[in-house]
Amino acid sequence: MIEVKSLKKSFGTNMVLKDISVTVKPQEVVVVIGPSGSGKSTFLRCINLLETITDGHVYIEGTDITDKKTDINKVRTEVGMVFQQFNLFPHKKVIENIMLAPMKVRNISAGQARKKGLELLRKVGLEEKAEAYPDSLSGGQKQRVAIARALAMEPKIMLFDEPTSALDPEMVGEVLEVMKQLAKEGMTMIVVTHEMGFAKEVGDRVIFMDEGLIVEENTPNELFDHPKELRTKAFLSKVL
Amino acid sequence: MDIQWNILAEYAPFFLKGTLLTIGLSLAGIALGTVLGLFIGLGKMLKNRFLSLPFGIYITFFRGTPMLVQIMLIHFAVVPLFTGETNAVAAAILTLSLNSAAYIAEIFRAGIQSIDKGQMEASRSLGMTHVQAMRYVILPQAFKRMIPPLGNEFIVLIKESSLASLVAAPELMYWGRAMQGQYFRVWEPYITAALIYLVLTLSLSFVLSRLERRLATE
Repeated sequence: MIEVKSLKKSFGTNMVLKDISVTVKPQEVVVVIGPSGSGKSTFLRCINLLETITDGHVYIEGTDITDKKTDINKVRTEVGMVFQQFNLFPHKKVIENIMLAPMKVRNISAGQARKKGLELLRKVGLEEKAEAYPDSLSGGQKQRVAIARALAMEPKIMLFDEPTSALDPEMVGEVLEVMKQLAKEGMTMIVVTHEMGFAKEVGDRVIFMDEGLIVEENTPNELFDHPKELRTKAFLSKVL
Repeated sequence: MDIQWNILAEYAPFFLKGTLLTIGLSLAGIALGTVLGLFIGLGKMLKNRFLSLPFGIYITFFRGTPMLVQIMLIHFAVVPLFTGETNAVAAAILTLSLNSAAYIAEIFRAGIQSIDKGQMEASRSLGMTHVQAMRYVILPQAFKRMIPPLGNEFIVLIKESSLASLVAAPELMYWGRAMQGQYFRVWEPYITAALIYLVLTLSLSFVLSRLERRLATE
């Protein structure tokens, strides 16, 4: 479903990703962990080309997104993304946030987009906030709206870039709950997170990244309980 | 400072005509200046340095030279170059538009660049094109932030339209100067003109603050 082949990314002379190769199967939940500055967010942002790719290839359902002829807007409709800072549109109501892309990109009627939007809001438990503006929501509510907004495009893959890192501790649970539900429904997900509990419980596979490389990848139980690499051990001893 | 009400009454129709022309010049300047300013602001944001250079030069020139010099140049040199004769009203409108466009271009650019880049990223990640993201997400937010500085610029423009009196466009200040010339009085014409300008600028701020409140979220 996603195939990343020797991906490299530099910002100027600073090489952030040094040869990353990963394959993600349909319905798989891959959790990426690692210290800050390890390149995990950049890796995620390369998958929908929010960062230009310096070298290597990324295939989304067989389409090479590094090919100049690929219509990246089309690919992005299949790949939803949730950001650390939510990035809701503050000038639009919650329901309008969700309706905008389906209407403008998929040309769905306002009525249908609203129906779908309300359905998604119900799913994330925020139906009563449909007519509120994002500024009046708590962090956890904002992130749940952001998830609903991404889901409105009916993506086949969801990318989560530290979705709970900007939240107050008591709000982390409600967002993780929505993500668990999504995983249960069979969504293909790549999740960059510091929530080791979530990684253990929901992840099919955990990737540990450091200094632009994949140091180790394994099932959560193996990786957390029997890490093979020294760097993995050192990192886990600090966060667990 | 005994006010001579009779000469004020005599000049009232002229002040009225002058005020109407001042409003006309200002509105024309605001409208043309805004359109031109948006265009120049976008031009200056072009990534290609050679393409954005002329827009930068334009802004530098019109911000860096006095408007009085600009109106003289345009009235006595530029307009006659194209039409063969001088036309004070045309020169005034042209100067106000070209001058305010330089400031509006910068307001526009600052407004767009003040929007968090996460907004563009979120829009693009949903599959919107750059143009769609600009139109539905970035510009509406940027516009809201641009209202206060735009309001300032429009107020400056109303006041600077008084420079048109120096090329004999019969606007408010022109009639004030005419009254001074005829009766050798200074308080009556200039206090009157000042009050009328104040009413115009206050009305504009009122309209803009209403607009700002209407666009407020929450």
